[in-house]
Amino acid sequence: MKYPYFPGCTLYTKAKKLDDAGRECSQKLGFELDELKDWTCCGATFPLVNDYHIAMSGPTRILADTKARGDDKLVTLCSVCFNVLKRTNHVMRNDEERRAKITDFIERDYHGEVEVLHYLQLLRDEIGFDTLREKVVKPLTGLKVACYYGCLLLRPVKEIGLDAMENPTIFEEFIRALGAEPVEFPYKVECCGAFQTVHSMTTATRCSHDILRSAKNSGADLVITTCPLCQFNLDDRQPEIQKSHTAFSAIPVLYFTQLLALALDLPAAGLGFERNLIDPLPLLKEKGIVS
Amino acid sequence: MEKKLGVFICWCGSNIASSVDVDKAVAEAKKLDGVVHAENYMYMCSDPGQQKVKDTISEKGLDGVVVACCSPRMHENTFRKAAGSVGLNSYLLEIANIREQCSWVHQNNKPLATAKAVSIIEGTLDKVKENLPLETITIDLTKRVCVVGGGIAGIMSALDLANAGYEVAIIEKEPAIGGHMAQISQTFPFFQNVPQLLQKKIEEVNANPRIKLYLNSEVDVLEGYVGNFNVTIRTQPAFVDPAKCTACGKCLEVCPVSVADEFNRGLSRRGAIFRYNQTEAARIPVLMQSDCLYFSAAEVADATSCRACADICPEQAIDLDSIRTLNDEFVGAIVMATGYDLYSPLKMPEYGAGQLPDVIDALAFERLLDPSGPTGGQVVRPSDGRVPKHVVFIQCVGSRDPERHKAYCSRACCMYTAKQARLYRQQVKDGTAYISYMDIRSDSRGFEEFVQQGMEQENLVYIRGRVAKVIAEGDYLRVFTADTLSSRQMEIEADLVVLAMAMEPKAGTRELAKKMNVTIDGDAFLSETHIKLYPVESSTKGVYLAGCGQSPKDITDTVSQALATAGKIQLMFSNETLIADPLIAEVKSDVCSGCGICIEICPYGARLMNNFTRISDVNQAVCQGCGACIAACPNKACELINSTSRQFIRMIGDFAGKAEAV
Repeated sequence: MKYPYFPGCTLYTKAKKLDDAGRECSQKLGFELDELKDWTCCGATFPLVNDYHIAMSGPTRILADTKARGDDKLVTLCSVCFNVLKRTNHVMRNDEERRAKITDFIERDYHGEVEVLHYLQLLRDEIGFDTLREKVVKPLTGLKVACYYGCLLLRPVKEIGLDAMENPTIFEEFIRALGAEPVEFPYKVECCGAFQTVHSMTTATRCSHDILRSAKNSGADLVITTCPLCQFNLDDRQPEIQKSHTAFSAIPVLYFTQLLALALDLPAAGLGFERNLIDPLPLLKEKGIVS
Repeated sequence: MEKKLGVFICWCGSNIASSVDVDKAVAEAKKLDGVVHAENYMYMCSDPGQQKVKDTISEKGLDGVVVACCSPRMHENTFRKAAGSVGLNSYLLEIANIREQCSWVHQNNKPLATAKAVSIIEGTLDKVKENLPLETITIDLTKRVCVVGGGIAGIMSALDLANAGYEVAIIEKEPAIGGHMAQISQTFPFFQNVPQLLQKKIEEVNANPRIKLYLNSEVDVLEGYVGNFNVTIRTQPAFVDPAKCTACGKCLEVCPVSVADEFNRGLSRRGAIFRYNQTEAARIPVLMQSDCLYFSAAEVADATSCRACADICPEQAIDLDSIRTLNDEFVGAIVMATGYDLYSPLKMPEYGAGQLPDVIDALAFERLLDPSGPTGGQVVRPSDGRVPKHVVFIQCVGSRDPERHKAYCSRACCMYTAKQARLYRQQVKDGTAYISYMDIRSDSRGFEEFVQQGMEQENLVYIRGRVAKVIAEGDYLRVFTADTLSSRQMEIEADLVVLAMAMEPKAGTRELAKKMNVTIDGDAFLSETHIKLYPVESSTKGVYLAGCGQSPKDITDTVSQALATAGKIQLMFSNETLIADPLIAEVKSDVCSGCGICIEICPYGARLMNNFTRISDVNQAVCQGCGACIAACPNKACELINSTSRQFIRMIGDFAGKAEAV
């Protein structure tokens, strides 16, 4: 089975480990991620004012390209790309006036025919978590995982509709399928500080600290995420956190595809762990997951 | 034979006369076909004005009259009565509205207004020419009442009606009357003991020989119409015979089932056989069929069915094979006192209700405050029984949130939250009560003072802002909120969170309203006929409203409305029969094809297929003369009496013809 795939800019650079692992796992799971040709940036933020149409022209073109290939699904790995594409698609489906403006401008015919899927959603709805469980070679037994959703994967729920926005469970179900144990922690859908990390680092550091402390207090060994920006804030802000909170001890923050790859017994060497600021290897070795 | 017609044009002081030339109008009216008399007068509705009408009818032998004056809503009855008093059939008098529909809207154009007034008079004359003399319709009246719902609204309505001498049947879904009021500890603004207040009223109900209680019961079918309703009542089996039961309580001890007790909002457990609440009236245990192993075993072939309660009962008062019963009550009026439910806290996952045991709704907090409640009146945390030192009360949960929940204000929450916080502070002297509010709506006598006292004397901490989220951290709850008065984000570490959930119509109100033919609003609250002037009448004649089924309200307002309802019904019962206006639909039996479209379209349920003739009949008592069936009838078999299509086409011709001339 072949799925059109939109990686997005960050997955070619900072979040390469999210992308590499995702692609490799797909082969093991029996499907192929077929990268769109000549894709452009999704814009990375969905416009928050109603008349800012130009920001939707890029994502609309990406969706129209997918349709032009004869496909009706588009898979993403990055939460930000997923959010922007999915919300743009919602406008294309439901808002006749804005759709006409944008499609006239980019001179493409598109009415929201493509379904935007997050990789997690593909695993749940197309592959099935039961099938995934059967395909796991090395169950991650004994690993306690804090599943951190952030905002963009879930909100606004009326447009995204991936899962409940306050108490989602898709990530936990995924983790159970891998044989690991999800821990409940109350900050799992709180904001990581997002772009504030550029503008006000103390805000992002405080947000990240709240999330990581809550995850640790709930007994988590590590945190996983789907979003490059969340991963950056939670991982790279930890030295900053340790300066102001001496009692805080570091906790690894991984992409969900990295854990998936380990469970499918892909070699750890190719999973980009060296690019994680907080090195997860000592923990993974201690748990007997990586030798 | 052509009718002798009279025209009486009113000046209405200067209201009409300043823009309509009333002398010219009289001169024009005299020229019209069939008019034998026309005159004008300064105030036709005054006694001398009415006398002119009466005298002329007698002297000239008029058999049709048009009074050209204000809207028929004002004085149609006045003039029809006057005409009737001198022997002219009232329905041969019509009003031509030349004030609201003419002089008031054409104040700067006298010639036009005059011409229009004359054409309105001409059109109305043409209608009178074809009007039939009619008699009012008399309807039988059964002076008995059915009250649906045995909460405080139903109880108060029933007591007034019974004390006025009428028989009342109360239909209550639950095993005991009292409704939500039975769950409440104390009142605002005077801290009165609710169980005592309610118990007195329940005893009055039980002692009143004119009141019949149907517990565990619901309306199955409603048939009939005002004055003549037949209510079929479905009663769930009462497995415990109250005549034999001594309330010894042995059955309660042996029941192996343990489920959450709804009356205590899940704060305690109960068996499948249990006491519904702690009131004296509920001392006889009730058996909940859906929880009982005897009945669930019946669905599993090889299961041994549990009969523990029936076996241990020393009086053999428990019969597990009781069956449900149907009873008919024939009544003249119905009170819909169906009440409310709290909006489910499960719909607020951000507050953790249903997941965090120490986040409870306001009724659960009432159970904690009730001395006969699950904790003996001690405010403690459901999770560990510890006395909470920091309690956050959140108002407007689910209310005033049009995007996600209910758009309306639930009205009682501001006050009961203040009451609950004050009761908490009186009990836990070193505790802190935070109240998260949007606005404080304390709009009745003594209410504002009550809230102010709470702030100033009980040190309640009011924080204006909506709570974003409640999470558990360790053994306390972290409440994320904002103080919008000082524009600061806040986090409060709390031991207990109390949600003042929105009130919504009782589950099943929508279906019941359909059965009773009562219209509901977008939120499924029962709608009154007019929000100002007919606040307790429903859209169906003879069906009245009381309590929170109509809109959220506190006990004070509920009781006021219930008593108003009882008063309205007594007014209806002060006559021996009901009188109805004969201006209703009729069917030409030779034209009606029996297609039934009118039956679907009738908003009052007045149209019924006659099974013998196969044509659609009109129920004279129910028809309101709205005309919906006339518009819908494909072959024009329906007509409104004295407002026939023929009459209207002639009137339109008159108006249109005159307009051309001007």
